Amino acid sequence: MAKIIFNRELDTGIYHIKIAGKYKGAMGQFYMLRGWESHHPVLGRPLSIFDLESESISFIYKVVGEGTHLISRLKESDDIELFGPYGKGFPPPKGRVALIGGGMGIAPLYLAGRELFFDSEIEVVHIYLGFKERAILTDLFEKVSHKLVIVTGGFISQKININDYNYVFACGSEEMMKAVVQQGNYGKTQVFVSLEKRMGCGVGACLSCTCQTAKGNQLTCKDGPVFPGEDIFFE
Amino acid sequence: MSNRLEIKFGNIIFKNPVVTASGTFSLDYEQHFNLSQLGGICSKGLTRYPRTGNRGIRIWETASGIMNSVGLENKGIDLFNKQDLPLLKKLKEQGVRIIANINGSTREEYIEAINHLNKEEIDMLELNISCPNVKEGGMYFGMTSSTARVLVRQVRAVTNLPLIVKLSPNGDDIVQIAQCCEEEGADGLSLVNTFKAMVIDIDRRKPVFDNIYAGLSGPAIKPIALRMVHEVCQKVSIPVMGMGGVCNGRDALEFIMAGASCVQVGTANFIHPHSCLKIIAEIDDFLEAAGIQSLEEIRGII
Repeated sequence: MAKIIFNRELDTGIYHIKIAGKYKGAMGQFYMLRGWESHHPVLGRPLSIFDLESESISFIYKVVGEGTHLISRLKESDDIELFGPYGKGFPPPKGRVALIGGGMGIAPLYLAGRELFFDSEIEVVHIYLGFKERAILTDLFEKVSHKLVIVTGGFISQKININDYNYVFACGSEEMMKAVVQQGNYGKTQVFVSLEKRMGCGVGACLSCTCQTAKGNQLTCKDGPVFPGEDIFFE
Repeated sequence: MSNRLEIKFGNIIFKNPVVTASGTFSLDYEQHFNLSQLGGICSKGLTRYPRTGNRGIRIWETASGIMNSVGLENKGIDLFNKQDLPLLKKLKEQGVRIIANINGSTREEYIEAINHLNKEEIDMLELNISCPNVKEGGMYFGMTSSTARVLVRQVRAVTNLPLIVKLSPNGDDIVQIAQCCEEEGADGLSLVNTFKAMVIDIDRRKPVFDNIYAGLSGPAIKPIALRMVHEVCQKVSIPVMGMGGVCNGRDALEFIMAGASCVQVGTANFIHPHSCLKIIAEIDDFLEAAGIQSLEEIRGII
């Protein structure tokens, strides 16, 4: 059990939760969160690490069902359980890097931005964020990017030329990630995407979160959630 | 802990009565606890050759339960023997019982799979005649006593490994099917597998699962599973592994009082990765508080 430091609503139905404790994790990895003691809902909710500090971890999430609704009702100093870090996150990039997030897909990109912005191997970090209605957390992303591009109500994938970069990390709707991957000129740019699937265990046991890839079935929770973009067969 | 948790399942000694259920556990749980503390580990449902499993949504939550439609995705016996068995053998050396869960579309496929496991150092075969998520085989063999009887007879003829049969709650009469398995030489039974169930997405006006039906597990099914274990235990003399929504020590003790020798834990592994350890500790606490020296004292008392 861990204590909640804050659980703030950033926009309608979108929350930022910060939890006290020393946690491990790398950009693109996730935790399973449980904000209730009963067996209902049965499963924890997989959330990408938004930020990691020496004494806390934070996540952003949107209320989409019962689990996230229950988490959203928790208050400062309430208890929450979390298990992780799980999965394979983004690989260490070099040179020019772009991070593209759509909607809640911005979640893993802040930690990525923070790690890369101060990394001497990185020439530039450009962040592209797309939102349906209102942009959130742009002040934070501003501080960890050399250029921040925000789109509300349009297609963020149209704002980027991925061939300007050595590495592109994308997280968002399948349509957005597919559009990014399809721009690829794979000689120069390496594109990685972070997938979202319904999960059971989070560790690779239940095989509920399988995704189809060039390497056959892969587990989103264990082999991913981050995969080379060209390997994924988008649905 | 004393050895009061130790149980005998036929001739096989388990250090404690908690076994992980097929398809809900893997060696990946090593990141959460030392797996040598488990009574046993049951493998993912294996088939002779690899399978890619079902398309579409594979897991869905329902009130205190989950529905799954994984469809026996697995790496096949050869890769299991090569990749998983060496690690499982290390746990076996530490006293964890290793059970291989076997599936097939046809009787021939079951037998071929078993032929490729016969020489391996596993403690038991669990013959899965109860998977509701495959179109051919699986649960078909577990629906009637006649289909179960023929399969168990043929499998018994080709293996000397201890054989347990995993029963479906969806068949004709689980007690009769259990008795047929006993008559055909099964060394034990495990029950129940998931309940065939359904969920509809009313917005799309479509079933959630591509296969329409899926298997329901978890706390939601526990009282029915317990009743079935109780009924079967009244009528067979071979040992039974009880399962269906076991989430804590009290649940496990209910199954044991109903007649099971041990329990399998499935969905609870997803609720909390340390569930098995918690269940073992809670059973021990109960025995300690009640001054019980052996689980046999309370097994089947109902």
